[in-house]
Order: sequence, then structure tokens, then C-alpha cells
Amino acid sequence: MAKKIKIIVAKPGLDGHDRGAKLLSRIFAEAGMEVVYTGLRQTPEMIVETALQEDADVVGLSSLSGVHNYFFPKVVELLRAKGLDDVLVVGGGIIPREDYEGLQKAGVNAIFGPGTPTTEIVEYIQKNVRER
Amino acid sequence: MTMDYAREILQGSPRAVARLMSWLEDEDERAYPVMEEIYRHTGKAYILGITGSPGAGKSTLTDKLTRTIRRKGLSVGIVAVDPSSPFTGGAVLGDRVRMSELSIDPGVYIRSMATRGFLGGISKATADVVKVLDAFGKDVIIIETVGVGQDEVDIIGLADTTCLILVPGLGDGIQSMKAGVMEIADIFVVNKADRAGADQVVAEVCARVDQDSHIKVKDWTPPVLKTVAVEDQGLEELWQAIDGHRAMLEKTGKLHEKRRERICNETLRMIHNELFRVVREQLQDSGQLDNLVTDILDHKRDPYSIMREITGKWISLPQHQKETS
Repeated sequence: MAKKIKIIVAKPGLDGHDRGAKLLSRIFAEAGMEVVYTGLRQTPEMIVETALQEDADVVGLSSLSGVHNYFFPKVVELLRAKGLDDVLVVGGGIIPREDYEGLQKAGVNAIFGPGTPTTEIVEYIQKNVRER
Repeated sequence: MTMDYAREILQGSPRAVARLMSWLEDEDERAYPVMEEIYRHTGKAYILGITGSPGAGKSTLTDKLTRTIRRKGLSVGIVAVDPSSPFTGGAVLGDRVRMSELSIDPGVYIRSMATRGFLGGISKATADVVKVLDAFGKDVIIIETVGVGQDEVDIIGLADTTCLILVPGLGDGIQSMKAGVMEIADIFVVNKADRAGADQVVAEVCARVDQDSHIKVKDWTPPVLKTVAVEDQGLEELWQAIDGHRAMLEKTGKLHEKRRERICNETLRMIHNELFRVVREQLQDSGQLDNLVTDILDHKRDPYSIMREITGKWISLPQHQKETS
């Protein structure tokens, strides 16, 4: 049985727009991944617990409401606290370019802003995902 | 990092559980020594099946039923199965959307699984994943099947009690007379019972249950319950019904019988899978399979005689040659 990439797609915080997150879920599935979609209004604890129970290889976070500087690093921190430091964390949504560096320093592996070709995201994940 | 997975799991590490489940799904050989170790700790959990058509409310009902069970002080494992794409092999597993708050309850462990080409409403590794949750100490394990049509009934081979979730608006009384999924319910649940037509569904299902009583004598008459899962209505009654079914199974010895049959089927299935895997690998790696297929295509040979030849040869091989070939 071929191994599948398992990815969590989550919307942290209170923003209610998940059109992008749902589209990306479809795109990841089309690329042959198993996508666990968590739905809206997730706390970092919920996301990390989900990643733990699902043995996720990747956590994809989507934020449109400006809370990324709190939520994304918090998810990374909790993942590390659970020993899940080999999980790839990628983010997207409305994120100002000047925040990219800080997020990457905090351990977010990659940020994909609006307009990123979806093939680029898929290829990045396929190239950088862990072995298990 | 080498880790004693069996010990970690028995000591309560959710991470070890998660990885073992992935190996089982991938048919990774690392899983089997761990399964051998933890197997003797299985057999304690009570296993529930939740099945029904897509959109019937299985996930919401699983969420609410789990909360009801948690209030009794019992821990819960959930295995939620969704379909894989027959084209790309990918899957969107969306059952957790209805169970968000359960994800931070330490007494609950949820695992989403894709069917990966398996057609009976569950996935190939579902039985194994249930065993892991059992050894992990979960008191009740709920298997939520994919949305089923009429004929995906594999859940009965795994669950002690199977609940079939129906909703108003999916056809008339003739549907409820048919064979297949309607036969497997230990408990019928008419969900979304606040909608028009719910009473009619209840009446039709009751009529079926009544017909059954004229056809054969049974130890158990499936109750027909109404729920409105989103409003948390009817869940306590559902739990009571499950408990009643369990009590009947235990009293009549049927639980033991069921589990015996399950172990028998499982053992045969495992042997079948492993034999098939070894024979296939051998045929593929030696290039023999390719040649055989070509011969069949050219009508020089037929698949029936090839099947008999290969299985005959394999069975007559001495033991040591099977191990080394």
C-alpha cells in the first residue's frame, strides 16, 4: 500500500471565511493526499491534538483575519511541545509580506499568499514532507 | 529514534497509537510485531457501528452520542471513515468538522480514515485500528462508516451493535423492505426527526420490523428511535437502547458467538491477504505475471488454468521453499 501524505487543513481563530481552505482541501486531495478538514474556529490546542491523533505529516493553516502572528507560532510551539517537530507547518491567507520573516523564524516552514499557483504549494509539500 | 511502541501504547501515549495506526493503514511491516504484543490487551471495548446514507447526520450523531457516553464516565475511541477518490487516491476527511470540541477531550481519541479502495463502507485497516484503540483502553469504540447506499454492510463484521441512521425524505416503504443495509440494524435511528415525514419513516421501519417478526423468531426486536442530533435530542434513549442490546447479547451468549465469528473471519482474511501478497510479489518480481497476461491476451492461455496451476504449485511446495521463495 503506497504511503499517503496526510495533511490537516485548519482555520484558527474566529474568522468565518473558509472558501480558500475548502478549495485547498480539494486541491490536496486531487494531488493524492488524505486531507483532514477541521472546519472553522479552531484553537491551537484543537489543531495540534488533531495533528497528533491523525499522525499528520503536514498542518496547513489558513487565516484571513489578521491573527496569524499569534496563532501560527502558537501551533508550532504546541506541536514541538508534543514532540511533533517533524510536522511541516505551512500557512496561507491574507498575510502581509513583512510578517513572513517573523513567522518563518517562529518555525512556520512556508507562507503562501494570495495568487500563489496551487501547484507550487503541492510541490513544496511533496518535496519537504517527512518520511515516517 | 527507536521506541517500544507496544509499551508506549499500553502506557497511554497517543503519539505511539497514531503512528501504529498509520503503519497499519500503509500495511507497513513494522506494525505487526507491535500488534502481536498488544493483542492480548484487546477484547475489552464495546464496539458500536454507526452507518447510514451520506448526509444522514452520522458525524453529528457520533459527536453527540460520544458526549452522552462521556457523561457516564466512559472513554471513547472514534474511527471515522470517508471515501478515497477512485481517480487520485486522495480524500477529504470531513467528519471531524462535527466533532471539533471532542478533539481536546483527553478521554476521546478520534482517527479519520480513507477507504483506500475498499468498498464495504469501511477501510481495510479499520478492524486493526479498532484493536489499537481497544488496547489503548477506550471503553467504547464508535466506527462511523462512509455514507452507505444499500449494500455496504461490512460494519456488521466489526461492531457488537450496529445503528442504522435514517432520515426523512429518502423514499417510500418499499425501500425499507429491501435486503442489504436495512437488515443489519440492531437499532434504527430516524435522525432529523423534527423534519416533515419523520413519522412516516418511523411507521415504515416499524412495519418492516413487524414483518421480520412474522418471518423468523429473533432474540432481539430492533427498536426504532427518533433523534434530532444537532439539538442533542434522543441521545440518552439511544444509549439506553445500545445498553439494552448489549445486555441481550451478553445474556444469550450472542456476544461471545459474534466475537468468535469475527476472530475466525479475521484470521482467515489475514492469511488470505498475506498469501496473496507473497504470491503476487513473486509473480510480479519474476516477470512471470507479465508473460502470463500476454499469453491470456493472445488467447494462448486462459486465466482459469493459470489460477489452478499457480495455486496448485504453491500449495504443493515444501514448507522451506515457501519461506525462501
